[in-house]
Amino acid sequence: MTNILNALLVVILMLNLFTLGTSRIQSIIRTVAIQGILLGILPLVAHERLTLPAILASLVAIVLKGFFIPIMMSHALRDVQIKREVEPLIGLLPSIILGALATVFALLFTSQMPLASENLSKLIVPSAIATILVGFILLTTRFKALTQVIGYLILENGIFIFGVLLMEAMPMVIEMGVLLDLFVGIFVSCIIISKINQSFSTMDTRILSSLKE
Amino acid sequence: MAYLLIFFPLLMAAVAALIKSNRVRPYLLPLAAVPHCVVSFVVVFNSSLADTTTWLSLDPIGKIVLLIVSTLFMFCSFYAVPYLHYRSERQNRMFVMCLLGFLGAITLVTWSQHLGLMWVAIEATTLATAPLIYFNHTRLSIEAMWKFLMIGSVGIALALLGTFFIAYSSLHAGLGATLTYGVLLQNAPLLSKIWLHAAFILLLVGYGTKMGLAPMHTWKPDAYGESPGLVGAIFAGVTTSCAFLAFLRIYHICVAAGEFAYISKLLLFMGFLSMIVAALFMIRQRDLKRMLAYSSIEHMGILIIGLGIGTPALYGTLLHIITNGLTKGVLFLSVGNIHRAYGSKNTDQVHGALRLLPLSGTMLLAAFLAITGSPPFGPFISEFAIVTGAFEGKHFFSGGLFLVLLCVVFIGMGVTVLNAVQGNVPNEVKDKMSFRDGFVNGAPVVALMILVLFLGIYIPQPLRDLINEAVLFLGGQS
Repeated sequence: MTNILNALLVVILMLNLFTLGTSRIQSIIRTVAIQGILLGILPLVAHERLTLPAILASLVAIVLKGFFIPIMMSHALRDVQIKREVEPLIGLLPSIILGALATVFALLFTSQMPLASENLSKLIVPSAIATILVGFILLTTRFKALTQVIGYLILENGIFIFGVLLMEAMPMVIEMGVLLDLFVGIFVSCIIISKINQSFSTMDTRILSSLKE
Repeated sequence: MAYLLIFFPLLMAAVAALIKSNRVRPYLLPLAAVPHCVVSFVVVFNSSLADTTTWLSLDPIGKIVLLIVSTLFMFCSFYAVPYLHYRSERQNRMFVMCLLGFLGAITLVTWSQHLGLMWVAIEATTLATAPLIYFNHTRLSIEAMWKFLMIGSVGIALALLGTFFIAYSSLHAGLGATLTYGVLLQNAPLLSKIWLHAAFILLLVGYGTKMGLAPMHTWKPDAYGESPGLVGAIFAGVTTSCAFLAFLRIYHICVAAGEFAYISKLLLFMGFLSMIVAALFMIRQRDLKRMLAYSSIEHMGILIIGLGIGTPALYGTLLHIITNGLTKGVLFLSVGNIHRAYGSKNTDQVHGALRLLPLSGTMLLAAFLAITGSPPFGPFISEFAIVTGAFEGKHFFSGGLFLVLLCVVFIGMGVTVLNAVQGNVPNEVKDKMSFRDGFVNGAPVVALMILVLFLGIYIPQPLRDLINEAVLFLGGQS
């Protein structure tokens, strides 16, 4: 099982870099959708004894992260009629390099931290931190509102990976609550994006700078 | 009781969705808030009625926050009815639903004994309050809402990671992963230190974003400035108190783990940074609502400093949650009235509020004196207790700096408030005058102010007992 788990985590890390390397927002959304499905599979692979609640939580995660949220984002994208992230704060290639550096940093960082001696893959904690950092890179270096929301989603995905270690601490009801919050949060963001587009005819967040001292 | 308090507001939110009349709907707010407040008081002072489940129970700190939250929300709901009638041109379905949903979520925060559940509830309050900022449908309010949602969500996401780190510190110590508050407290000394430290920093940043501590405060002046005064009161009094409660539980675990020396320095640093940033931005601040936002940042700093000082200041800190919340209610609601009368919240236009709106002007002036720590109001007592605690705990430098910063804030805020309430009313405002002080929009403000004054003169014994109980609970001596 650990081999499959490691393989999944490596694919997730590669998808992270792919989101940094493309400017077509639709492709970023598709990549995140695939990542979401893989994330949903993670808990199923990670635990030997599968309980019904765990399977249910996985299914809900797959449906929300792999289908509902990406479809919602695609709709928002269609409404605003913008296809590409033009002129990000740092270019696509430097972003990939930065993302790769973040991944290396995460691996080094976790090798310094004492890890719990359980049988699970040692890759989980570094993958989680690397994914969180990539989410941050997208959030801070892209200017289109929708790309920032995707960055937030990737950040949450990273936290979700960490949560795989802690299934017993998070009962299903609460896990569902977390997923529901994420779903509603992105739903509200998509509505705000369409409002921004109606009022400002753009979804470039640089336009949102009237409020200051 | 817990389910009743949490689900009753949610039920009312569902009713609000069904009601078609824009005029009738606002009445649901007091209809939900009054029973909520009554039941909260009964439950808090009659613990036998508060049945507990595994994840839901009222600890002493939860009780204090439930009291202030429920009371302030009730007065805001009285104020909301005339406000929403005055703004009858706006659809208020979303607004009323979000407020009621918010009340349910915030009650869940006070009751939750599972850190994961508490996180879910706090994130739910963020989502419920975002649409409230957009009530005025202006370009600026969209900007404020966007910043609030993005900064708030990312901050809260970090808090979730921190929460997971706490569970991991328990897993690492070989105790199994758990997020149940009581169990964590029991096992606190055994928790893996390095993961607990990392968790504390993430949670300080995460819940600190929600409280509005500097340097994560940037969303706060924008959100408070662009939303209706009523929403500002709820943000500054209710949301921040709950975020502080969440943080207080984390603080409690770290103190129980014997980490006070480590976190104390961090807390004092963050607290003073918030006070300094707030004091600097309050000087020459011309926007009344933004000024109040900075005042809120300052007071969150004060609460965090109180925690940093530790045991001797805990009583003052817990009391300050209540006094700050109530006073913020008066400030935001009276500024809301002034904003409506003048059509502006900028002191370039707002002059002579004492003449134009004798009631709201007086309340603003009185609440300004109260919040800056002048006797005989409630915040004086709590701030005085914190300063005394600082000197008792031999934090002479902190105590001194605290007093200096209070003076700077007093002067900075005083200039703005006096500018607004004194002087002559501009002619163009006098002519178009469409809004006046009245009973319905004045009474809730006056009632809150009376409470603030009352707490400054006399703290009832049950409340005193409750706070002492909470101090003991947090590991101090009463």
